[in-house]
Amino acid sequence: MLNRPATETQITHFQRIWLYMLVALVFAFLIIPCLIVIPMSFSGSKYLEFPPRSWSLQWYGAYLGSSEWRAATFVSLRAALLTTVFATTFGTLAAYGISRAYGAASSLARGVFMLPMLVPLILVAIGCFFVYAKIGLNGTTTGLVMAHTVLALPFVVIAVLSGLASYDMNQERVAQSLGASRPWAFLTVTLPQIRLSVMSGALFAFVTSFDEVVIALFISGGQNATLTRLMFANIRDQIDPTVAAISSLLIGLSMILLVGSHLLRGREDRK
Amino acid sequence: MTMVLNHPGIADAEPNADALKRRGSRERRALASLTLPGAILIFLVLILPIGWLFWLSFFGPSGEATLENYARMLKPIYVRTFISTFEVAGLVTLVCVLLGYPVAYLLSQLSERTAGLLMIFVVLPFWTSVLVRTYAWLVLLQRTGLVNTWLIDAGVISTPLPLVHNMLGTVIGMVHVMLPFLILPLYASMRAIDPVYMRAAANCGATPSQAFRQVFLPMSLPGLTAGIALVFVLCLGFFVTPALLGGGRVAMWAMQIANNISVYGNWGAASALGVVLLVVTAIILYAFKRLFRVDTFEGVR
Repeated sequence: MLNRPATETQITHFQRIWLYMLVALVFAFLIIPCLIVIPMSFSGSKYLEFPPRSWSLQWYGAYLGSSEWRAATFVSLRAALLTTVFATTFGTLAAYGISRAYGAASSLARGVFMLPMLVPLILVAIGCFFVYAKIGLNGTTTGLVMAHTVLALPFVVIAVLSGLASYDMNQERVAQSLGASRPWAFLTVTLPQIRLSVMSGALFAFVTSFDEVVIALFISGGQNATLTRLMFANIRDQIDPTVAAISSLLIGLSMILLVGSHLLRGREDRK
Repeated sequence: MTMVLNHPGIADAEPNADALKRRGSRERRALASLTLPGAILIFLVLILPIGWLFWLSFFGPSGEATLENYARMLKPIYVRTFISTFEVAGLVTLVCVLLGYPVAYLLSQLSERTAGLLMIFVVLPFWTSVLVRTYAWLVLLQRTGLVNTWLIDAGVISTPLPLVHNMLGTVIGMVHVMLPFLILPLYASMRAIDPVYMRAAANCGATPSQAFRQVFLPMSLPGLTAGIALVFVLCLGFFVTPALLGGGRVAMWAMQIANNISVYGNWGAASALGVVLLVVTAIILYAFKRLFRVDTFEGVR
């Protein structure tokens, strides 16, 4: 088995066993920090241990029992859901406009919608902080959702553009020639066929907002402090095992979202 | 006889062309208006504030017009920050290439199914919050953390190693965050290399390492350079992980900007630093785009 050629150039598995070991080590490096926190969060002692000597749900209790953590979770979820709605709507509209237009206007618009991905986050954060201070948007949900929507737009636009690239626009023209108005043709003919791309854009938008730290550090605060902001302060100042419980819950959420995006992509490929 | 003269195409040509043109420009306006909600938001949250900061960077703390904010960057403390930022970014990028290239290579040689399954190791960290992963590294690497405990229990060391709150911890944490950004575009470009080229090279008498160096490596370069540009640029402006794992000992550009505001309240200085960071980022991305014709940011996720 090990002496069978593994590549087109007749290298055997045995000859490149070092490659398998190296890749296995890198995989371990990548995955261990994502998983190690989960068993530790069930520790029954006052400190984090691995493996835990006794098991308990005390840190989950501490998380759910704290009104501060609960409020922050609620703020983050609300901001992420609102961001998903706005970014998905605006991003889908923009992607449709960009894909139908041509020439300089189209590539200019494309460039503008990619900007939020290219500009260093810290610059967006202090810029927003400064302008929001002038108009009283710091510490508000409106301000946070506006900033997060902008961050999420590129992901939605990219996802929907790729969906539209494999869609035959003539179908919409047929619908129009049969008497459907333009918006009605889009909603009933185009949208159902690109829905998987739109949904995967929405998923990105949600994650972008929910996981965002830097902007939240600057412009969210007081009653509207996000979960990430509270976690950042907590991690910086002390190692509070409550954060291990929250982290485990967040890892669970990423796994769900990962499976979701995988299913979406799988269905897209099969189309 | 009159039928010929009244041929519709000839008589109506002029007004019809006008109507088509009007319809065309109406269509363009309609399409442009679709991008408006998003574009206005980008203007309000991104372009206007950054333009304002740019303007602000030319004024001193008491409101007088000055180039002091840019001149200050030549002071040793700022120069040290720039150097250490570039050092960290360069080191992280190098480690990512050394670790990421073999992974992307092996994955690209496996069947799509197996590779897709193993991709979980790359994609799960990618979908996990940076904050959560940074916290996990802190738990692993701190003085009383898992790694030190294990090493002491195994008798390898007697006193805990300083693994975090320094350069080492920062680089480890940043490599963990950046590695997927290198592997994903690299894997995509390697997947596109037809295995027939390697077989042809072998048939023509190339040794395996010759075939790899002269055929596979050059063909994987576009993906590699795209990954390198992306990782390096993201490192330059990275805030969260250095702030938490550096323990104040690793001066990074983004932290300097944040400190200028939260500690000193000096908007001019922070703005100037931010503007220079933006310009450097843009230059690097533009240079990579021109030199290697790569679209760094398209389709990473």
